[in-house]
Amino acid sequence: MEKFDKLSAIAAPLRMINVDTDIIIPKQFLKTVKRTGLGVNAFNDIRYNEDGSEKTDFVLNKDAYRDAGILITGENFGCGSSREHAPWAILDMGIRCLIAPSFADIFYNNSFKNGILPIQLPQEQVDQLMDEAETNPEAPLEIDLENQTIKRGNKFSFDFDIDPFRKHCLLNGLDDIGLTLEKKAHIADFENNDKQKRSWLYKS
Amino acid sequence: MTTTPRTLYQKIWDDHVIHTDENGTSLIYIDRHLVHEVTSPQAFEGLKMANRPVQRIDATLAVCDHNVPTTTDRLEEGGMNEESRIQVETLYKNCEDFGVQLFDMADKRQGIVHIIGPEQGFTQPGMTIVCGDSHTSTHGAFGALAFGIGTSEVEHVLATQTLIQKPAKSMRITVNGELGDGVTAKDMILAIIGEIGTAGGTGYVLEYAGDAVQSLSMEGRMTMCNMSIEGGARAGLIAPDATTFDYLKGRPMAPQAEQWDKAVAYWATLKSDEGATYDKEVVLDAADIAPTVTWGTTPEDVMPITGVVPAPSDFDDEAKQKSVARMLDYMGLTAGTPLTDITVDKIFIGSCTNGRIEDLRAVAKVVEGKTIAPNIKLAMVVPGSGLVKEQAEAEGIAEILINAGFDWREAGCSMCLGMNPDQLEPQERCASTSNRNFEGRQGRGGRTHLMSPAMAAAAAITGKLTDIREL
Ligand code: SF4
Repeated sequence: MEKFDKLSAIAAPLRMINVDTDIIIPKQFLKTVKRTGLGVNAFNDIRYNEDGSEKTDFVLNKDAYRDAGILITGENFGCGSSREHAPWAILDMGIRCLIAPSFADIFYNNSFKNGILPIQLPQEQVDQLMDEAETNPEAPLEIDLENQTIKRGNKFSFDFDIDPFRKHCLLNGLDDIGLTLEKKAHIADFENNDKQKRSWLYKS
Repeated sequence: MTTTPRTLYQKIWDDHVIHTDENGTSLIYIDRHLVHEVTSPQAFEGLKMANRPVQRIDATLAVCDHNVPTTTDRLEEGGMNEESRIQVETLYKNCEDFGVQLFDMADKRQGIVHIIGPEQGFTQPGMTIVCGDSHTSTHGAFGALAFGIGTSEVEHVLATQTLIQKPAKSMRITVNGELGDGVTAKDMILAIIGEIGTAGGTGYVLEYAGDAVQSLSMEGRMTMCNMSIEGGARAGLIAPDATTFDYLKGRPMAPQAEQWDKAVAYWATLKSDEGATYDKEVVLDAADIAPTVTWGTTPEDVMPITGVVPAPSDFDDEAKQKSVARMLDYMGLTAGTPLTDITVDKIFIGSCTNGRIEDLRAVAKVVEGKTIAPNIKLAMVVPGSGLVKEQAEAEGIAEILINAGFDWREAGCSMCLGMNPDQLEPQERCASTSNRNFEGRQGRGGRTHLMSPAMAAAAAITGKLTDIREL
């Protein structure tokens, strides 16, 4: 997993609430057996017309936001299915950071596993960032994970919260499986005890 | 010794914690892992690259369900498109390479992952159960802590039989009293989601309680827990009781002989203690719940069938008003239209929400001796598993449905998400027993109304949304 420490990038405002995983990556693109290459299909139905041409009203189709690395959006982003294809697709289009008033649980979790930083902020601050991103698209937004701040030059600075363990993993690009396997002895102890208590769950 | 009263969720959690870090993050043990073809290829690939085995093949069960065609010729050459075929064959290959038990397409036990787990007795009370699929919440009907995970976590469970988790908050949803005639578990859960909203359960594990819940069959309980995720909750729970034990007894993967007695003794302890506290409580009266349908493109956009299509101005919140306007446009609906005036083009009966035998019986009861309306282009019934299909055929249900004009299919996810050829055309309107009415869910531009099996059957007969109590 790629590390995440600082990011300075264009922020695109996607003014929608309840953006579900079927919108982020429709099912016809879930047939891949790879993690990469989904970027062109991200947001397919709201991004392209039937004939494959681009919809002009979709924010990431606008010249100012084409190279956006940050997406600012409405509440309950990522609701719906558990498909990790959603963060894969977002990452593959070059977006490393999401800002919203709230995220759906599984999506939120999946984002961290792929080096994407989802930031939850109060609605007023999200609104302000959206307005800023609309009126002043070219100025980059600066995210600093170590110090947990979002800045735009010296115009404004917001602090954000993040779980310390997730922050640690993201800053160091740590792989969960490796971390867990360090606790092998604990797992073996648990299994040995559990085999006494709930013997029916184990093949004898 | 006095102990603080604990909720069912806390009991299951406590019995699975392996280790907790200073910051409160725990490593928890996973008892059972269900695997399907869409969310597993990248996980198996990760294992191969790191040269890691599957930790417990006896706790892992795989099935193909999302991509599989539901037509009777599906085992023949060319029955599937290239990409689907590759995904299904990749699952077969991975199961062979790692020694994981698989129900392939030719297996009678094949079906939707959340239907086969309970059917085989693989799902049991007090377990932690995961699957790379958000509707894993279904298994909570047995008093198991069951939730959906992403592909990275699928790989984590395959490699370690554990997950890194933080405890969730708890919410009890109590439905008191008795459901009225024609009102089912599906109506109850739709009404609950309407009440709490699609994000209302975010961060919570829901526990369903009250007379109306306890008197449900296992099928009804599964329908409710299945849709917990549509309320934002990763898991839903119902305390196991005699109904649960009766359902499990004798199933192929359930404990047998003296192990059964030992298991039941443990299962019987799995209920919230008197005085246990919840972070949130919601109480509903069963008598207030009518047959319920969705009108919009999120599962919280529900209305009793007696209602009318709402207007954006009926909502206070500005963001919601905007989204309602968009939904009405997408759904091709005009505010003020009585729901029972809405005509439909297709009927879909199936999915992990309502693809079990009891659901098919409910449909047969409504359509017996009748035929589907002329404006219905297609009415399909997709049994949740090969065994459900077999049973429905044995009970004469299949014949009733076929005589009424329904298409009788092979088991799979089918038009619940349309990854296989079963899809809506743009602007087609469908009465559906599945769980998601998102834009494009059942096919690009398709319009979905979620409802109970009996209500979908009624719509098939009249050609429009119908109050089952009036039919
Ligand atoms: S039936 Fe639908 S909701 Fe259930 S597992 Fe299949 S696709 Fe998912």
